[in-house]
Amino acid sequence: MTDTITLPNSLRAQPDDSGHFGTFGGRYVAETLMPLILELEQVYRTAKTDPAFDAEFAELLRSYVGRPNPLYYAERLTEALRAKAEPGKGAKIYLKREELNHTGAHKINNCIGQALLARRMGKKKVIAETGAGQHGVATATVAALFGMECKIFMGAKDVERQKPNVFRMKLLGAEVIPVTSGSATLKDSMNDALRYWVSNVHDTFYIIGTAAGPHPYPELVRDFQSIIGKEIRSQIMEAEGRLPDMLIAPVGGGSNAIGMFHPFLDDPEVAMIGVEAAGEGLDKKHAASLAGGASGILHGNRTYLLQDEDGQITEAHSISAGLDYPGIGPEHSWLHEIGRVKYMPIKDDEALESFQMLSRLEGIIPALESAHAVAAAEQVAPTLDADKIIVVNLSGRGDKDIFTVADALGVEM
Amino acid sequence: MDRLATRFAACKARGRAALITFVTAGDPDVAATPAILDALVAGGADIIELGMPFTDPMADGPAIELANLRSLGSGTKTKDIFTLAADFRARHPDVPLVLMGYANPMLVRGSDWFADQCKTAGVDGVICVDIPPEEDAEIGPALRAAGVHLVRLATPTTDAARLPAVLDGASGFLYHVSVAGVTGKQQAAQANIEIAVEKLKAATDLPIAVGFGVRSPDQAAAIGRIADGVVVGSAIVDIIGSHGDAAGPFVQEFIASLSGALTSFSRETAA
Repeated sequence: MTDTITLPNSLRAQPDDSGHFGTFGGRYVAETLMPLILELEQVYRTAKTDPAFDAEFAELLRSYVGRPNPLYYAERLTEALRAKAEPGKGAKIYLKREELNHTGAHKINNCIGQALLARRMGKKKVIAETGAGQHGVATATVAALFGMECKIFMGAKDVERQKPNVFRMKLLGAEVIPVTSGSATLKDSMNDALRYWVSNVHDTFYIIGTAAGPHPYPELVRDFQSIIGKEIRSQIMEAEGRLPDMLIAPVGGGSNAIGMFHPFLDDPEVAMIGVEAAGEGLDKKHAASLAGGASGILHGNRTYLLQDEDGQITEAHSISAGLDYPGIGPEHSWLHEIGRVKYMPIKDDEALESFQMLSRLEGIIPALESAHAVAAAEQVAPTLDADKIIVVNLSGRGDKDIFTVADALGVEM
Repeated sequence: MDRLATRFAACKARGRAALITFVTAGDPDVAATPAILDALVAGGADIIELGMPFTDPMADGPAIELANLRSLGSGTKTKDIFTLAADFRARHPDVPLVLMGYANPMLVRGSDWFADQCKTAGVDGVICVDIPPEEDAEIGPALRAAGVHLVRLATPTTDAARLPAVLDGASGFLYHVSVAGVTGKQQAAQANIEIAVEKLKAATDLPIAVGFGVRSPDQAAAIGRIADGVVVGSAIVDIIGSHGDAAGPFVQEFIASLSGALTSFSRETAA
């Protein structure tokens, strides 16, 4: 007998009933949170099949978020890369304009969905963790929209570095709680949000900002973000009459990427690249959990983590605050392991270069997160034939990053 | 009978609850830990919970979180913790020792490796904060095969429908987390603890230990009237935080006050 590999009928059928994507995911939380996690799963199962839930979500995405946002053919970028490529090479690059959403990034898609779930569960208070403040602003925004009380946990270092977003959250009526524990960055703000949640689980809903955490969060965040991939599907059919050859998205926790990839997982002709933050380089400080980490358990799920041989979590680094996290969503760990999605590291300086290039060539200032995906496209497009199509997820706008970029370029503002 | 069962039975025979004391291994450093563990025993602790430090202790309040960071900051490694445990076992052959911590440091080399290390070091039980019954397919069978108890946690949110799942596979004792929260912050109302312990006793024959927020001899004595064990952690860890590697005598004095409160209650009832 020979060994055979049984392929699942669909790559879109994950997670299993217990919340696992292969060996990843699951529900690694304190017993105090388990009943709520199980209740959330029930509520989500019901909502997922309820046309009224879907209709309300869709209407808010249309009238409040401003969807669908455009799929834009980046002609000048395409031509600039073709100019450097061999004759006949240089794929056509489209940008999915998530940065045009209300609040300037894909984060709002998920926040609207989770706020609807919180309301179904009768919770009037929401909490969230935030790094640079994008998810915090999106959460504060939906809390205002739904009339909910909102607390945002933010590392004390980030509170200092991201003053405009801190003020935005306060304007929106949220309370910003500086987190001083541990390294006072994103992972610590998630720890403190979990500490607060476990103490206030009776009346509080935790709006997790990425496709990670205990089941069912990775699944429901992915589902809410899948609007990105669904729109691309119909928009590219209209523009080109066929599916794209490649999708590229930045990956921190990976919610924009999984939302872009998931609707295409069963289309073998569509290649996918998730772009990890390689920081100063994979042999130095970085945030590339897949390229430089190993499977472990943190923040409620099993996934790839940056850790030492004793399982202690090591600090991540990226110039992009949104990618500065020592883990990754569990579905990405699984897609990496089965090889369906390729993950590629992009360094701080490469992202910085692309940040400026896209600004000059297309008049679009990308978020530093998104600039990682643009940098990957710059490297890949010239190797592909000119009739190939790449879609890059422009997950957020770069206004929030101008101080960081100016600082990195040695410019005084 | 194993060490945990023997100790709970001995306490019961004396009419007092078992005093279960928590410290973080390697706090303030590995060299200071044996003297602190000996001080716990000398003060009258019945069962020792030895915390395995983790960079991200998200179920712990500030006191134990700082203890974790002090320990890791002074360079504590997992191998040091098993050395501390094995040496403790050699010095105190009869005192039960339970490791408490988070999933990632426990499982990073695989659950069989971890269970084997526990067995070799003479560890009697393991409490893993972030492995609920739904996720213990790895560590549960490995520990059971090694003869090490997997101590489960029941909380104020564990309702009647869920309790059987918690008890299925529980052994050693049942740890009742008396507040929905993190370690060392709020304390539960005595009346709520009494109701919860009654319910748990009706559902299992395992000894019931009550912890989270227990800081004073009076509180310990009150809980000791109804539970089989009382867990004190953050209050001890605070003493270590203040006195560092000279904490031994202060720890012993505090433990003696807790132990005395539990014992004087048993004399009262005997009289």
